[in-house]
Amino acid sequence: METNLALLLLFAPFAGFLINIFFGKKLSKTLTGTLGTVAVAVSFAATLYFFLQVLQTKTPVMVNLFEWLHLANFTVNFSFQLDQLSLLWLMFVTGIGTLIHMYSISYMHDDENMHKFFAYLNLFVFFMITLVMGSNLLIMFIGWEGVGLCSYLLIGFWYKNQEYNDAAKKAFIMNRIGDLGFLIGIFILAYLFHTVEYDLMKAELENGWSVDKAWLGIAMLCLFIGACGKSAQLPLYTWLPDAMAGPTPVSALIHAATMVTAGIFMITRLNFLFNLTPDVLEIIAVVGAVTSLVAASIGLVQNDIKKVLAYSTVSQLGLIFLALGLGAYEIAVFHVITHAFFKACLFLGSGSVIHALHGEQDMRNMGGLRKVMKITFVTFLISTLAISGLPPFSGFFSKDEILMTAFHHNKPLWVIGSLASIMTAFYMFRLLYLTFYKDFRGTEEQKHHLHESPTLITFPLIVLAILALVGGAISLPGMSWLNEYLAPVMAKPAEHHHLGNTEYMLMGIAVVGALIGIGVAYAKYIKKGEVPPADAQITGVTNVLYNKYYVDEIYTAIIIKPIYAIGSFFKNVTEVALSGFVFGLGRAATLLGNQGKTVQNGSIGFYLLVFVLGVCSILGYIFLVK
Amino acid sequence: MENILQQVGIDNYIYLSTLLFCVGIFGVLFRRNAIVMFMSIEIMLNAVNLLLVAFSTYHQDAAGQVFVFFSMAVAAAEVAVGLAILVAVYRNHNGIDIDNLKKLKG
Amino acid sequence: MDVSFILVILLFGAAATWFVGDKLASKAALIFSTAALAATLYVIYRYNQGAPVSFIYLWNQSPRIFLGFQADGLSLTMTLLTTALTPIIVFSSFGNLFPKTRAFYALILFMAFAMVGTFLSVDGLVYYVFWELSLIPIYFIALIWGSGTAEERKKSVIKFFIYTFAGSLFMLVAFVYLYQRTGSFLNLHLYKAMLTSTEQTWIFAAFFLAYAIKTPIIPFHTWQANVYQKAPTAGTMLLSGIMLKMALFSIIRWQLPITPWAANEYKYIVIGLCIAGVIYGSILALKQTDLKKLLAYSSLAHVGLIAAGAYTLTLDGLRGAFLQMIAHGFVVVGLFFAAEVINRRFETGEISGMGGIRVQSPKFTSMFMILVLASVALPGTFNFVGEFEVLYSLAQSNIWFAVIGGTTIILGAFYMLRMFQQVMLGEKNEKFFADVTVSEGAVFVIILAVLLFFGLYPKPITDFITPELEKVLVYINRFNK
Repeated sequence: METNLALLLLFAPFAGFLINIFFGKKLSKTLTGTLGTVAVAVSFAATLYFFLQVLQTKTPVMVNLFEWLHLANFTVNFSFQLDQLSLLWLMFVTGIGTLIHMYSISYMHDDENMHKFFAYLNLFVFFMITLVMGSNLLIMFIGWEGVGLCSYLLIGFWYKNQEYNDAAKKAFIMNRIGDLGFLIGIFILAYLFHTVEYDLMKAELENGWSVDKAWLGIAMLCLFIGACGKSAQLPLYTWLPDAMAGPTPVSALIHAATMVTAGIFMITRLNFLFNLTPDVLEIIAVVGAVTSLVAASIGLVQNDIKKVLAYSTVSQLGLIFLALGLGAYEIAVFHVITHAFFKACLFLGSGSVIHALHGEQDMRNMGGLRKVMKITFVTFLISTLAISGLPPFSGFFSKDEILMTAFHHNKPLWVIGSLASIMTAFYMFRLLYLTFYKDFRGTEEQKHHLHESPTLITFPLIVLAILALVGGAISLPGMSWLNEYLAPVMAKPAEHHHLGNTEYMLMGIAVVGALIGIGVAYAKYIKKGEVPPADAQITGVTNVLYNKYYVDEIYTAIIIKPIYAIGSFFKNVTEVALSGFVFGLGRAATLLGNQGKTVQNGSIGFYLLVFVLGVCSILGYIFLVK
Repeated sequence: MENILQQVGIDNYIYLSTLLFCVGIFGVLFRRNAIVMFMSIEIMLNAVNLLLVAFSTYHQDAAGQVFVFFSMAVAAAEVAVGLAILVAVYRNHNGIDIDNLKKLKG
Repeated sequence: MDVSFILVILLFGAAATWFVGDKLASKAALIFSTAALAATLYVIYRYNQGAPVSFIYLWNQSPRIFLGFQADGLSLTMTLLTTALTPIIVFSSFGNLFPKTRAFYALILFMAFAMVGTFLSVDGLVYYVFWELSLIPIYFIALIWGSGTAEERKKSVIKFFIYTFAGSLFMLVAFVYLYQRTGSFLNLHLYKAMLTSTEQTWIFAAFFLAYAIKTPIIPFHTWQANVYQKAPTAGTMLLSGIMLKMALFSIIRWQLPITPWAANEYKYIVIGLCIAGVIYGSILALKQTDLKKLLAYSSLAHVGLIAAGAYTLTLDGLRGAFLQMIAHGFVVVGLFFAAEVINRRFETGEISGMGGIRVQSPKFTSMFMILVLASVALPGTFNFVGEFEVLYSLAQSNIWFAVIGGTTIILGAFYMLRMFQQVMLGEKNEKFFADVTVSEGAVFVIILAVLLFFGLYPKPITDFITPELEKVLVYINRFNK
């Protein structure tokens, strides 16, 4: 029964995928959308069942299907594990997934390939569930690569546009760099532990299995590289902003709420190993903090509404990695969840705006939308307040915990994190003001068509906004349900901060920082009524930021171009030389033959002379020399 | 028979046949006329026959003489074939100077 | 019924195909190749039951030559690969019209015959004869039915023929020497030969030359791309799908167990060469403008990795190499068929002349996409299983091998997706592209079914080959005590 239900949980979205890909074209659009949504909703229901069960019994549900790979010193089974961590993840993956599917029914209704959209989206959920549910690293890797594939398919969903295809390709390849790291990490772990099952590795460590610390460190670093790829951290983050080429629900589901948290899931899942390698954790913390600052600074000046949100995602993920690096896995998970709520809401809200403006994404051409799109505006406002970290919204609690932990462990990182948070507050309110306040700056025709989105779009917004509002309740400072819930899957008990003066002071600083950010944005865009200048007029530091520190250009110059140059060298020099050498051997043979040909001149006299001389020399050799 | 051999000595037979053989070789090498070359080859052949007969007597073994008969018979046949080829060559080339016969060139 | 029946069916099929005439040739070829497949399956079924299915006959007393065909996990798997791919290749050619049809199909069957013989032979000399025999049909197939001007085609095909032939001669020399030394050509006798290190080095080198040219491993690969491009697609499929596996199979069957000391001694050099081929092939693939050439270079990269796995001399490496051989066989046949499908419609191999196909043919796009994904070893496809085991074994030899060899994951995705984007995506092409016909679709579906099924459940093959590979490993390890 449990096995079957777990399989239903896993395969419901896959069934949705199969139906939509094979028969979707014949079905009506609403039906394909409904099918896709129901498929994910079924998974959500099953997850809820297991969640409630595990909440009571506190014992994980294990499902073992059959052997997949058999290697000399370890085997890999198709086996799944539903424990506290995976169920928590599944809850928001399938939950938010259902909402976003529902949203897409309306959002994608005009697209001719809507059935494909739902098929890919279902496939994505399937792989994401695989990633989360797997009980060993290789099953996770199936999901890991699978979500990458779906991300590729969905970013390039409008495949007629080659720029979108470029973005899709870039996402896949960047992810693959990380995947190589992941694979190498798996190799080393398999070599060290003779297994890739999480539970067995954990058990071996508890039984005093001695592990080479240096190799373990390398393995963890490799896995972290994998996480960097998937969760868009420095230096592999550049694909995520480009990934906004995909339809907005995709950005919300894959590139904000779920897939990009896979790296965080992996590190949390392996927390018992990461705890053994403090050096790697330190690297993770630094990378996370720096990513959060870099991305936030780029976000300050972007004008594309989705790009701002994308950089904000990178920045928030950076903060989460900071928490992971500090060993505060529970807090990281907490922020992942709250972030999933408010970021999904923000993306869907931006989608609602884009929908209303018929594809316009540039904030310079928006404004004043709060009057016509009331629901969108209110939900957007709640989420913006949440991400800016103002109490009592959910983001406040999770972000504050991260900064508090950073303050206790590493002050410079706290400073960086706080700066990033202030910037976040600024650019999010900049986004809010430019989009919803003042007067509409678009064309007359757009203005004419402005409308609030239909219920299918607003309903998910409302749900997510409520969650963004109250989500912080799962881990209030001092009495955290989440910490308690996650305790069985954590190797070390969660740190407990007494709410002393320092803590209240830190909260105060965070709130004041956020208010400063908001204040600056207010002064600039409401009081002065500024509108960001056109691309050509951007100068100075702003220009560097606007062009994302030219990171893409640098990568092109130092990686892509050299590869092509080497390719040209190989093609025009090495290949020609090797080929020439082989042909040269052939030609040498011909040449030798031509030389020999001249001896064969046809003169019988000459032949006879040579013959006689030959006989004489043989006879001479026999009689004289011997 | 013995007397003759004793009187002349096997050495002289060897010298004679060697001389004949060398005459044949030089004839083959330096003459350009195919018939003369052919004759030279016959001289070489007969030089060998002479030597065979001489040694046959020397060893008191008749096998050598029998062998020479075979050899002469085969040589006769060979001459017939060879001359026929030469006639054919003459008809085709209007001459049998071997300098003009270079069809074997590679 | 023993394994020799498969050979008889194929040889007889080749003759019959020739005699039934041009009209029926293609169907006859399909029937006989399918019959061979059925025979192979039956033989495997009998083999699994423990029935004796090997065939051995003393052909010649002095020198002792056995006409022997041994059935074991390895040779039967490769035979199955050949007899499974041959009907697919025959069937995939149904859409093309060839002059001298009967000769074309007869040669395909004859080639399958020679390749199966190579896989099954136990006697070095007979093996060598089959090995060389397989060159003859592909030479004519490429020369007569190939593309491009006759002059260019002749140049590349003759280069291929002489190059591989020259390499094989060294192998013959090695066999003759081994016979001198041991008095037998039988592989089991040769496995037990205790050769000195100098002898092993020379024999290893001789074998290596033959196999490195055939596989090909850089820098012996220069024949490959041109022949793949010039040969008709059926020929390219035979070459890349099966024929180069002959070399990889022979590494495991002949080279490593006979000269294990040398294999161990020169392991790092050889693996280094193979891995260099991975990078080299991948980067060159990026620069190709011709679809078939691009696939040729990608094949170069993949087989480099397979050979590297075999040369690690570990169970994982050998098994991974073997699995990857089969997976690569199917995927490369599928990819070349995709190129052929495009060529049938657009009549060009130039990537720049393609693009905008997806709009017109969703089915073809999906199938091509899955093939591309299998080629870049996405988990869940058969290629991942092989590639994972190979890379794992490389990681155990030296972690850098795995890191550098693993770049195939990145570079492979790079050139394959780039190709896919340029060939399939973008605005609708002005030229009309009809979606796949039923028979074309059938070919794709069969290949994809194999790739996906064994990707998720490779156990049948793994269980079948592992005991044999363990035996081979015993011979390989006979010098390290």
